[in-house]
Amino acid sequence: MTVTGRASILGTRGRRLSVGGAAVGRILGQQPIGTALVTPYVVFLAAVFAYPLAFAVYMSFHDYFFAAPGAIVERPFVGFDNYVTVLSDPAVRRSFANVGIFLLINVPLTVVLSLVLAASLNAAIRWRTFIRVSYYVPYVTASVAVVGVWLFLFNSNGLVNSVLGPLAPDPSWLVNSKLAMPTVAIYVTWKQLGFFILLYLAALQNVSKDLYEAAAMDGADKWKSFWNVTVPGVQPATTLVVLVATITGANLFTEPYLLTGGGGPDGASASPVLIMYQRGIEQGNPDIGSAIGVLLVIGVLLLALIERRFVGREDR
Amino acid sequence: MKLKFVALLVGAFVFLFPFYYMLIGSLQAEPDPSVSGAIPAGNLTLHNYSEINSAISLGRSLVNSGIFTGGVILGTLVFGVLAGYALARLQFRGRGVVFNLMLLFQVVPFQLLTIPLYVLIVRSYGLADSYLGMILPFAINSTAVLVFRQYFLQLPVELFDAARIDGASELNILWRIAVPLVRPALLTGVLLTFIGPWNEFLWPFLITKQQDLQPLAVSLSNYLTTVSARAANPFGAVLAGACVLAAPAVALFLIFQRRFISSSLESGVKG
Repeated sequence: MTVTGRASILGTRGRRLSVGGAAVGRILGQQPIGTALVTPYVVFLAAVFAYPLAFAVYMSFHDYFFAAPGAIVERPFVGFDNYVTVLSDPAVRRSFANVGIFLLINVPLTVVLSLVLAASLNAAIRWRTFIRVSYYVPYVTASVAVVGVWLFLFNSNGLVNSVLGPLAPDPSWLVNSKLAMPTVAIYVTWKQLGFFILLYLAALQNVSKDLYEAAAMDGADKWKSFWNVTVPGVQPATTLVVLVATITGANLFTEPYLLTGGGGPDGASASPVLIMYQRGIEQGNPDIGSAIGVLLVIGVLLLALIERRFVGREDR
Repeated sequence: MKLKFVALLVGAFVFLFPFYYMLIGSLQAEPDPSVSGAIPAGNLTLHNYSEINSAISLGRSLVNSGIFTGGVILGTLVFGVLAGYALARLQFRGRGVVFNLMLLFQVVPFQLLTIPLYVLIVRSYGLADSYLGMILPFAINSTAVLVFRQYFLQLPVELFDAARIDGASELNILWRIAVPLVRPALLTGVLLTFIGPWNEFLWPFLITKQQDLQPLAVSLSNYLTTVSARAANPFGAVLAGACVLAAPAVALFLIFQRRFISSSLESGVKG
């Protein structure tokens, strides 16, 4: 009874629509008001993402400089000049190498630690909520706040060095040109790990329990079932973690700016975004800054493509 | 099993210790980086808090952080809910394009847009040292739009058909039926959105030069890089400021941690 009732209601509705708004519906869709509701968001995306993105590319090919508002100035097209300037700048090349070191430490460490921790936290253990929450806390806290403690901890005569005693590195962590970048990489890994644990925990809910039972029946121990069931089971999440960690890492700014006092010692921990800020805004060359930005995007995209092929292959 | 539990506990300690040390350091009159200094015996004081307060005016900075964060949350709730609803429930021309653009822009890192946004907002629109300029690039959080869309999609289709047959307008359906049913999503959206602007450093740092407009993250970092050298107990004052900056985000997270974790899980799996 109810079923036929509903069917007839839907029938009338369909007919009413086809009589009243067939032409309009075909052009604008059944509920054209949707366009109005989504417009503010589309304007926002255009103004904050699409237009600046195009504008950055435009600036990087022109002799663009800051001028007084309203002043009409000529900003001639200069082809690849800005890119030549950028690529022949040793500080820029150094910063790209630095971020490479950063990613080599940060990405593998993030993947391994967050997967192992998520797998352990997914099991029934005592104090699970407390332990989970502890791993998330650094992620929800402002980097500026946590940097203060790290400076205190890793100071020349800070707690870490007084615990290490004679094993403490000299010069100390953040002022040592060999250790500055790795220390920043460890800091960021620690800070962001909670987020990636969360991603893996979500993915683990989708791994079928039957697979673990089957593995156990085949006599697989804990380690084997982790390696043969869990790791392939969370493959899509691993790809996501690698890509997100790479993109976040490539945008490193706050940590070298504050933790190592502006990319020190002597540029050993400068990141491309930091150099982009110094060249583009501090020194007033937005064209140079944009060129660094465009190169960074291209670099990240290439890296992401390589990673996708590399990480994505295992499950096939 | 026991070994795993101990290892996890040690890990949790490593993750929490800096926060404990932050609190202790902010309460010590003299910086004590020795091992015994980590377990304070007496001599605790609130002096560092008044020190940082006189240097950067904590109240003013907190109000600025609040306005910045509040503006972003408001923008996300109003325009994000409208967009999320339209993308989930309404058939209109261009819906697929908008959704794909949204996903595409999720992978464009914000830092790469800082130079053009700086030129546009500060130089062309003259919005330096203003709340509007601070809020604009973050006004609608796309992750929250995805969460809203996901929740609206889960509502049964019969509900919407019935309301439409009764002659309710689409805006009425959204406001009277859909929004009350997705209240948990709204809370998740607010929590997700909160940590972004509250912790954001680079953008407000670029566009605020006036100290009385700077959010706490910016004024604290300026103190860290310039003023602290002259203070009697620089680390103490920095750590006191760090505690004030960290407290609201950590408190919100602890209060809502169950919701935060489970709902992030859902949107993570499906989104």
